[in-house]
Amino acid sequence: MSETLILTRRWGKPDSAALSTYRADGGYRTLEKALGMDPAAIVEEVKKSNLRGRGGAGFATGLKWTFLPKDVRPRYLTVNADESEPGTFKDRYIIEHDPHMLIEGIAITCLALDIHLAYVYIRGEFAKQARLLEKAVQEARDAGIIGAKLLGKKDFDLDIHVHRGAGAYICGEESALLESLEGKKGYPRLKPPFPAVVGLWGKPTIINNVETIANVPWIVEHGGAAFAGLGIGKSGGTRLFCVSGHVIRPGVYEKPVHYNLKQLIDEDCRGIVGGRKVKAVIPGGSSAPVLAAHEIDVSMEFDALKAAGTMAGSGGVIVFDDSTCMVRALARVAKFYAEESCGQCTPCREGTPWMEGMIEKIEHGHGTAEDVAKLEQVAGSVMGNTICALGDAAAMPVLSFVKKFKAEFLEHVKQRRCPFGEKGWGLDQSSREALVGPVRY
Amino acid sequence: MTNLAPAGAVEELPREKVDRFDRELAAIVRRYPPDRKAAAMLPALHLGQEIFGCVSPAVQQLAAHRLGTSPARAEEVATFYVMYHTAPIGRHLVEICTNVSCCLTGGERIFEALKRKLGVENGGTTEDGRFTLREVECLGACGTAPAMLVDDEMHERLSLQAVEGILGGLK
Repeated sequence: MSETLILTRRWGKPDSAALSTYRADGGYRTLEKALGMDPAAIVEEVKKSNLRGRGGAGFATGLKWTFLPKDVRPRYLTVNADESEPGTFKDRYIIEHDPHMLIEGIAITCLALDIHLAYVYIRGEFAKQARLLEKAVQEARDAGIIGAKLLGKKDFDLDIHVHRGAGAYICGEESALLESLEGKKGYPRLKPPFPAVVGLWGKPTIINNVETIANVPWIVEHGGAAFAGLGIGKSGGTRLFCVSGHVIRPGVYEKPVHYNLKQLIDEDCRGIVGGRKVKAVIPGGSSAPVLAAHEIDVSMEFDALKAAGTMAGSGGVIVFDDSTCMVRALARVAKFYAEESCGQCTPCREGTPWMEGMIEKIEHGHGTAEDVAKLEQVAGSVMGNTICALGDAAAMPVLSFVKKFKAEFLEHVKQRRCPFGEKGWGLDQSSREALVGPVRY
Repeated sequence: MTNLAPAGAVEELPREKVDRFDRELAAIVRRYPPDRKAAAMLPALHLGQEIFGCVSPAVQQLAAHRLGTSPARAEEVATFYVMYHTAPIGRHLVEICTNVSCCLTGGERIFEALKRKLGVENGGTTEDGRFTLREVECLGACGTAPAMLVDDEMHERLSLQAVEGILGGLK
């Protein structure tokens, strides 16, 4: 399998976040190349690359770009750095280790799409990363890379600003993000119209994830076909897989987009702590349906995981060993969605705390078999009945956990207590290290 | 643009702090198109919280007034996002992540132990006003879990001893 690294290749080098080292490593030369290209040809390369959105939905990036109406100006680019899907921790490291790769990606994207104003929406908790990114943008501005003229040459003005959120998972949803960027609470909008048509301040807006945009310079430098060749089928390139939970070496691993999940856990992450076995894996952030141990020998490519009944989502792989109580794990997942439901749609606002309460009741030994059935029924009623995908995101873990681990739920009912106790809920960190690209933490 | 917010409540705020707010807000507002000043509401409230300690109704009024929007808009933002505090909190805000990956590595145990040690419930402030403790959702540090935020700073790969060490160093 190819060992080509795109996103992590400069991580860990001295001062990798500085403009000087980025330029010394050939940075911004692709922007220079792009200045001599027809904008439509840049879009064509991205289409050919089979780059798919790394934020969660896996939508074809080049195709999304073609949805912009031809004659409406201004258009905006918004880069989604809200990174708050539980189990996901990759965009922060792009910003920490190689922010200029992201800025070059933004500049090339804006050039290709005739966009002159871009915002990076970064979650409020990433105060350090927001400062780092602002510093890098200022360096680029001071060096004349962005501003009145791109690279001081092309008569194309571009400004980039960092906009900090203030603690709301829902703002990772693209239309809630736009509301938040407009200075409002993050209530998702009804779609259609999609943001590419009616977006920020009612104008056409492209919203892409940090990792998605960070791939753009490599694609334009090496050609879309080369990027497509790193992947398989309709998914090109490499991807940052974030692994957490009960593995020996958690971290961020850049692998071909179709890398095998079992191999990632057993080889790259060196298997499970304490010689225990895998019980379950959430492959794409906590919204993704859970896989049982016998289902993890699977490609992590978007369509392959869809065929396996789950989703590649944001690339957040959470691993549970065989000492973990799946009811307790689900209770925590359900609590998250109940906390983060924005309250706009009734099924989600009412359904998420209801599900959390029922799961807690079962976990503490007060549930009945009817509660287990009711839980599935409520999840089924939330699913598909809300404006945004948060309702589905809350329902999918519930439906999959109950379906695949029903015996555990019923055992809680039968024993009138949790049969697992505290095991699995307090791994000692002192002997563990994480590997983030080539960097040890 | 008509100003929807009365400046009245702003009078309660210390003059020099208001001046600092106005100075720094002017730079923030320039990030948005001239006719879209209200977009600066989130950064304006971050700034207000930094300067005044919390986004009290008077601070909300100030932000709304300066951005030419209604106080209701400021209140909606101040109460929707968990990072804003509408009333004063302790000198240090300690936020422990107890989401799944942090739980698997002991985040919940740390949170429970801290509640006992500090003698507060979730969201509570110690009697000496030193700490406000609360549980938060995923901080994006799952590979290096458990994680916590103290004020604006992230701490990762924690143990209870490490947390106690960090908090012990704060006044």
